Amino acid sequence: MTNKEKESKNNKSSISVFFDEVSRSSWLVPILAIFSGLLVGGLIVMFTTDEMYILIGDGQIFEGLSLGFRAMVDSFVALFTGSFGSPTKIIAALQSGDDLLIRRAFNPFLESFVASTPYIFAGLAVALGFKTGLFNIGAEGQLFMGAIFSVWVGFAVKGLPAIIHIPLALLAGALGGAIWGFIPGWLKAKTGAHEVINTIMMNYVAFRLSEYLLRGPLMRPETFTPVSPMILESAELPRFFESPIRFHLGFFIALFVAWLVYWFMFKTKWGFDLRTVGANPRAAKYAGMNIVRSTILAMVLSGALAGLAGANEVLGVNHNLALAFSSGYGFDAIALALLGKSHPFGVVLSAILFGFLRNGAIRMQIVGIPVDIITIIQAMVIIFIAAPAIVRSIYRLKEPKESDEQTFVTSWGAN
Amino acid sequence: MALALGIWAIFSRSLETGTFTTFVMTPGGSEFELPNWIFSTLPTLNTFAMIAFAFGAYQFIKGFGKRTNLILSIVVGLFVFSFLSWATAEKSINLAGLLKGTMVRAVPIALGAFAAMINERAGIVNIAIEGKMLAGALVSVLIGSLTNLWIGLIAAIIVGGLLAWVHGILSIKYKTDQIISSTVILIFATGLTSFVSARFLQKYQHLNSSGIFHSFPIPILSEIPFFGPILFDHNIFVYAMYFFLFFLYFALFQTRWGLRLRSVGEHPKAADTLGIDVNKTRYMAVILSGMMGGFAGAYFTLGSVGRFDEVMTAGRGFIGLAAMIFGNWSPFGSFGAGLLFGFADSLASKLAILGVNISSEFLLMTPYIATMIVLAGVVGRGQMPAASGQPYEKE
Repeated sequence: MTNKEKESKNNKSSISVFFDEVSRSSWLVPILAIFSGLLVGGLIVMFTTDEMYILIGDGQIFEGLSLGFRAMVDSFVALFTGSFGSPTKIIAALQSGDDLLIRRAFNPFLESFVASTPYIFAGLAVALGFKTGLFNIGAEGQLFMGAIFSVWVGFAVKGLPAIIHIPLALLAGALGGAIWGFIPGWLKAKTGAHEVINTIMMNYVAFRLSEYLLRGPLMRPETFTPVSPMILESAELPRFFESPIRFHLGFFIALFVAWLVYWFMFKTKWGFDLRTVGANPRAAKYAGMNIVRSTILAMVLSGALAGLAGANEVLGVNHNLALAFSSGYGFDAIALALLGKSHPFGVVLSAILFGFLRNGAIRMQIVGIPVDIITIIQAMVIIFIAAPAIVRSIYRLKEPKESDEQTFVTSWGAN
Repeated sequence: MALALGIWAIFSRSLETGTFTTFVMTPGGSEFELPNWIFSTLPTLNTFAMIAFAFGAYQFIKGFGKRTNLILSIVVGLFVFSFLSWATAEKSINLAGLLKGTMVRAVPIALGAFAAMINERAGIVNIAIEGKMLAGALVSVLIGSLTNLWIGLIAAIIVGGLLAWVHGILSIKYKTDQIISSTVILIFATGLTSFVSARFLQKYQHLNSSGIFHSFPIPILSEIPFFGPILFDHNIFVYAMYFFLFFLYFALFQTRWGLRLRSVGEHPKAADTLGIDVNKTRYMAVILSGMMGGFAGAYFTLGSVGRFDEVMTAGRGFIGLAAMIFGNWSPFGSFGAGLLFGFADSLASKLAILGVNISSEFLLMTPYIATMIVLAGVVGRGQMPAASGQPYEKE
């Protein structure tokens, strides 16, 4: 900091300095982006309320608008109670002292963490790719492969104690994802074929493969529906509470893995190599780093993380594998990694946010708001994150001190 | 390059063994029926295997020159045809119907590829074709139900253009990473169309029944035996595909407009020096591409089933993108790749009816795997517009 800057800073009152700092901080943009995204989502709900237009059509403009506004408020209330649980219910349950009632009252809150868990894994997968300059759209396919591998280990490997069976099934999931990440990584490193197209293609191959397996070799013997057999009890991730709460060990494993990714990326030489290759491949090359190895390693790790997301769903929540079980965790993960600025801890926070949104959306559905509103909110959030200039101009923020906006991959070809 | 050769060699080799296995597995003396075309399977397959083998051997001896793509496609064609004869041994398949279905199913893929091509030629990467298709599909059915089909079609085109305009603002004005901005458009369009569909269309069913454009034969052309009905007895979307194929080829490669557009994609700085407004050209290309995407989306509703279902495009926009890359960023190449994907699509549905004992899932995988192989080996580097994906900053 130069003297002049110091002087000008001293001249200001402490409050304006505080606002100055806040408005320049890089964390303000994500928070405002989430806020704006929710607001846009609310407005969309309001303006798609058909009764509102009927009232306005009758000339009751004010009543119509207030009805639309109420629909918006109702949906936010539903989002809140769906993701955190209803405060009145929680108090009533605690007063009654009934075990089942208490569990039911707290279920929404804990279920939100259940929904967050695959997001953490998948978000870490995409984020690790971003940090290495790779755009892994294939998290969804890797997630499927992870689920396939781990469900197979879950039901076909018999006679193991849980302490061995669970890690084995998880590792199988990671391996499945890693294989699916390795192929595009290898192609990218060796031939320059762009990973975006290849991971999209691999997604479709994974979907088809899972269809084939679930209709053939992996189909539950006595049924005709494409569902795999249930995994053995020894492979199930332990749950902490009795039914209906599904909160399971996976969440803590996810937190641990997030810490592991942080440690790997920021505290080891390999992680440093990966980040350098991502930030400036040319410099990395002149520094003697092995770009081929870094690219492959990054895609393998990214795939393994996405595979863990699939394994987690299978071992912790569903206990079997059905067609199209994932419903887009891998794609949402892209939004999430952007929101978390590709930093493992940021990813965890945004994954928890997405988990709450997703879980709350189920409740919103009951008041007649389709779940897809969450997708819209996510899209708006990424727009505001990816183009910070928009948010900064809406809220009249100042430019950040140093530009921490990262550039990702650019085009299809070899660079 | 050596690696590309390696991949190619493995591919062609496995093809040859593939043809041989089909030959071994075939029971002799069976029939293959066309509109009246019956032949015995065994000798035919034998011949095909020989020809494919000869081509493969020729490749090995002569090395891999310019004709690699041509020979590859011939061999693939032979393989597909022999697979078909093997699969229908002792049964019958309507080959004309299969090819006609190919033309229809190629429409969204080829149009999607054209849309992506206009973008990429001007230096904008766009993976949101799918989103524009969905938006076009939804709007066309909504407006089409309220008014008539033609207005619905125009509305689809306009909506595609509007979405593309937002994409343009994000990636040209705000210089957002283009892959991210188009991902956003994709997510947004997917979410919004599903939202509107769930909130309105299920409640008001009459808004979701627009009717469809019926097919009409082109007078003289459709009377050509065999090819006539396959190529010239369709609805307007197929004809539009033919039109855009030639129109784009002409516009991009024969006009000053096309030259300018391509120069912006190849070397924006040079184009700027020559007085071409880079960003304006890019806006125009993005919006045109979006309009094309919206039009392709209308195919799903107005050209096919007449109603909107959530996520009904089922990845065709992405496959269109793959078709463009497969087709080397050129109209005819993209069209050919679109036909290939369309053929696989059409074949899968026919095979499901035939009840062939090879899993259709594996067959459905082949276009994706083929794209990856082509991307890795045959097309490789250097063919794409050089400045694709890079925002242009005037200095």
